[in-house]
Amino acid sequence: MSSIPDELSYTKEHEWVAGLDDGLTVTVGVTAYAAEQLGDVVFVQVPEVGTNVEAGDAVGEVESTKSVSDIYAPVGGEIVETNPAVVDDPSLVNSDPYGDGWLFRVRLEGEPEDLLSAAEYTTLTSGES
Amino acid sequence: MSRSTPLREVHESLGATLTDFAGWQMPLRYGSESAEHNAVRTAAGLFDLSHMGEIHVTGPQAGEALDFALVGHLSVLEPGRARYTMIVTEDGGVLDDLIVYRLRPEEFMVVANASNYARVAEELAERAQPYDARVEDRSDSYALIAVQGPNSTDILGKLTDADLVGLKYYAGLPGEVAGFEVMIARTGYTGEDGFELFVRPEDAVPLWNALSEAGAELGLRPCGLSARDTLRLEAGMPLYGNELTADTTPFDAGLGRVVKFDKPGDFVGRAALSGRTAPGRRLVGLVARGRRVPRHGYPVTCEGEVVGEVTSGAPSQTLGKPIAMAYVAADALEKGGLAVDIRGSHEPVDVVDLPFYRRSK
Repeated sequence: MSSIPDELSYTKEHEWVAGLDDGLTVTVGVTAYAAEQLGDVVFVQVPEVGTNVEAGDAVGEVESTKSVSDIYAPVGGEIVETNPAVVDDPSLVNSDPYGDGWLFRVRLEGEPEDLLSAAEYTTLTSGES
Repeated sequence: MSRSTPLREVHESLGATLTDFAGWQMPLRYGSESAEHNAVRTAAGLFDLSHMGEIHVTGPQAGEALDFALVGHLSVLEPGRARYTMIVTEDGGVLDDLIVYRLRPEEFMVVANASNYARVAEELAERAQPYDARVEDRSDSYALIAVQGPNSTDILGKLTDADLVGLKYYAGLPGEVAGFEVMIARTGYTGEDGFELFVRPEDAVPLWNALSEAGAELGLRPCGLSARDTLRLEAGMPLYGNELTADTTPFDAGLGRVVKFDKPGDFVGRAALSGRTAPGRRLVGLVARGRRVPRHGYPVTCEGEVVGEVTSGAPSQTLGKPIAMAYVAADALEKGGLAVDIRGSHEPVDVVDLPFYRRSK
């Protein structure tokens, strides 16, 4: 069973969102469950800093040996930072999905919608595997 | 409902991610597929290939029946040796690629892909009818375990007295491994030296365990289909359903050498294939300049025009770059400047000779 930290929020597209508490800037990555499903990640494309995105927009890609998946913006706002380390070493998505494998940060505009709690995400992933 | 091999519980206990492949639940990977791939290139890997099909063709005219049914010249094969060959339709389209072992003078074993063996057995039975030969699908009588990689002779040598050093590439001999009766074949689909062990289904688990134990100190790792796919791709080996389909001929795939026009008598596909030896497209190797991966079905372009299609693609561990095989129009290959349309953006690729990887002997 892959780890699903309680303090994070989640999306149906298997991303996590951290830092919603202060309501300003959130950090986004892919979940351990998604990383396991993907297998060894070999390429990560993150959005450009300064891009304005709406929740649900495809903003990047995660590519593994067997497949490629879009990364979606889980919330609307402006991309204010991306993680150069994960672009250089995509295996960070596998080795530390909730830490060094983070993908980008978004300055929130408006209220995030449709995010899942850890409990809800646990239910979602146990139904899929 | 998909089928399980006799090793399913072993895979589950090893924490494998299982996937449906051609109607079988097979291990996709046990942990990191890159680590599995590298183990085969540098040490050894252990594979469950029990989904493959085994069809026996026996009788005084078994060789003649196969000469008619397949594109190869099997009646001249020495007992104990094997050949890579194909079965094609009357139109020359590939129904499957096969390895045929001559077990005894009057007994051959045809190894076919999981997705095709039922059809292959049917075709063989029909094509063998005029001959004094019997065709029997014995896929359920075998499990198949492969040990592949530079350490495979040392690992297998710990468990058998069979003459592994004398066993040539594409040869097979009956023997005992870890006390179990097996057919030991020096064949594989990884580009490395290695063995494939045909064993009774009830012996598959103890044989797997004995191999795992013998290989532990020699870097042996269980490997899933994901590593198998990237290994065979680096080795430039075709996969049925990707490089080979009923719409391709052996010549399209650059494998025209398997078609033995000089053998006596007619064979299914002879007339069609004799007119199609110089196809207008070629199967080539592509190496991407960027980091995005050309994948199965992506268009190959030249000056914005579609000139071909990717059949297989993956990030290559050994080359450190994405690689692919693709069918490309011959005139576009002369022109050069190819790209692959990777989800809307045209990424430049270089054409290279296959295979991408060749082991040093």
